[in-house]
Amino acid sequence: MRLYWEIARRGYGRYAAYPAATLAGAWTNTVFGFLQAYILLALYEHRTDIGGYDPSDAVTYVWLAQALLMTVFIFNWYELSLRIRDGNIATDLSRPLDPLWYWLAFDLGRSLYHLVFRGIPPFVVGMLVFDVRLPENPATWLLLVVSIALAVVVSFAFRFLYNLATFWLLDYRGVSRIAVTISALFSGFIVPLPFFPDWLEAVARVLPFAAMVQIPIDVFLEQAAGAEIAGLLLLQAAWAAILLGLARLVLRTAIQRVVVQGG
Amino acid sequence: MADALALYLRLVGAQARSQLQYRMSFVLDVTGVFLVTFLDFVAVLILFENVPSLDGWTLHEVAFLYACTCISFAVVDLVIGHLDLFPRMIREGTFDVVLIRPRGSLLQVIAADFALHRLGRVLQGGVVFAYALGGLDIDWDPGRVAMVGVMLVAGGLIFAAVWIAGATIAFWTVDGGEFTNTFTYGGNFLSQYPISIYGEWVRRFLAFVVPMAFVCYFPSLYVLDKEDTLGFPRAFQFASPLVAVAAAIVAGVVWTRAVRRYRSVGS
Repeated sequence: MRLYWEIARRGYGRYAAYPAATLAGAWTNTVFGFLQAYILLALYEHRTDIGGYDPSDAVTYVWLAQALLMTVFIFNWYELSLRIRDGNIATDLSRPLDPLWYWLAFDLGRSLYHLVFRGIPPFVVGMLVFDVRLPENPATWLLLVVSIALAVVVSFAFRFLYNLATFWLLDYRGVSRIAVTISALFSGFIVPLPFFPDWLEAVARVLPFAAMVQIPIDVFLEQAAGAEIAGLLLLQAAWAAILLGLARLVLRTAIQRVVVQGG
Repeated sequence: MADALALYLRLVGAQARSQLQYRMSFVLDVTGVFLVTFLDFVAVLILFENVPSLDGWTLHEVAFLYACTCISFAVVDLVIGHLDLFPRMIREGTFDVVLIRPRGSLLQVIAADFALHRLGRVLQGGVVFAYALGGLDIDWDPGRVAMVGVMLVAGGLIFAAVWIAGATIAFWTVDGGEFTNTFTYGGNFLSQYPISIYGEWVRRFLAFVVPMAFVCYFPSLYVLDKEDTLGFPRAFQFASPLVAVAAAIVAGVVWTRAVRRYRSVGS
């Protein structure tokens, strides 16, 4: 356990080492937050309620989604792919460490850094400028933390899976681009799932991606209560377990037939 | 000039060939780019599931804005790339190599970042453009046809200028890719919707200081024969080429200045 704690700290440190990049990134999140907030607000010219969101819910959604973007790391994670492609994976496999747990611990450390430095600052800016809604029940904050942690695990397992495809395809760009797009849309990052047409929202709700962004936002907006919240968190936990299990399985298969690249 | 063009084509051609080596991955990649950008448009469709119009713009009118921005952006992305590798050249000191070669530095940097899969984005812009035209009843007189052409060229030039000026930030910060993205990707995103929906200071900064309003919004007002709810002079609708040329000159000067004062990181 101590070992994985240390690895998580490395994950945190890896990103903490580049404060200028973090600042630039937080600025980017902020600008996109502004654009997105104005676009959604323009919809309320005709209506007061869209899919259960009033204008205040909508802007809260926008800033939470920006805060979660880097925390759950929807875009551009291919470190594992790169190690598979250049053959460094051989070194990793010869270490007395389980690659899945190693990367999970590293990613959890990373996500804490991104939550604090990429997530919270844009959210605070958004709060100052827009009518952002904060939870009425203090316990919601605690549930939010649990929900975000589970979201990170689900997202990690999914990223780990599509990175493993590199073992077979030798290049990662095509697969990762498709994977990223699908998860960005169906997680509710681009447009909130309640804005989807009913049938499409129903599809999105049974896919694992909603567990990455939409569910933590549902929790924060207190749109669900009591048993329903418990159900949402359980759903996230279930997806985390299923995808980690799948990642374990694919990793085992890959290792059995691995052809290490280059050298 | 012809010499530079020949060199560019040669460098880019070599990269295109190398990128076609992983055939399966390339196909997935182009499909991926197409899908990514297409799902981007799905977001617009989803928004319009909920409302009939956005600040007076119908779905097909927004699709028109979206497509024009996308095509300008995508063609520039394909031809000059988004200079993603440039901050790395600065960081690792490989920009020194560029400077000692007897060719323009900008040309070499541009040619170093070519990706054939970006065709997928151009393709997507074209599809949305066809969709938009299908739903619009535009009175196609020669002026409007010409304006579409002018808009795409001027828009591309504005994007290119913003990209190049943005990339020079790396000369000072060593690592500035993300910051530049706000203006390029952010500008593209902003320009996909009528700029009248944005808050005052966002509009001032991104639409006029970084002249994204001239990429698409003003020329489209003319093509679609729409009223400018912001009340700017009608001359703005014809000003895109001038703005584009001015932007290109600024970008050129910034780049030349930056290169002149460049000092290698020395590693």
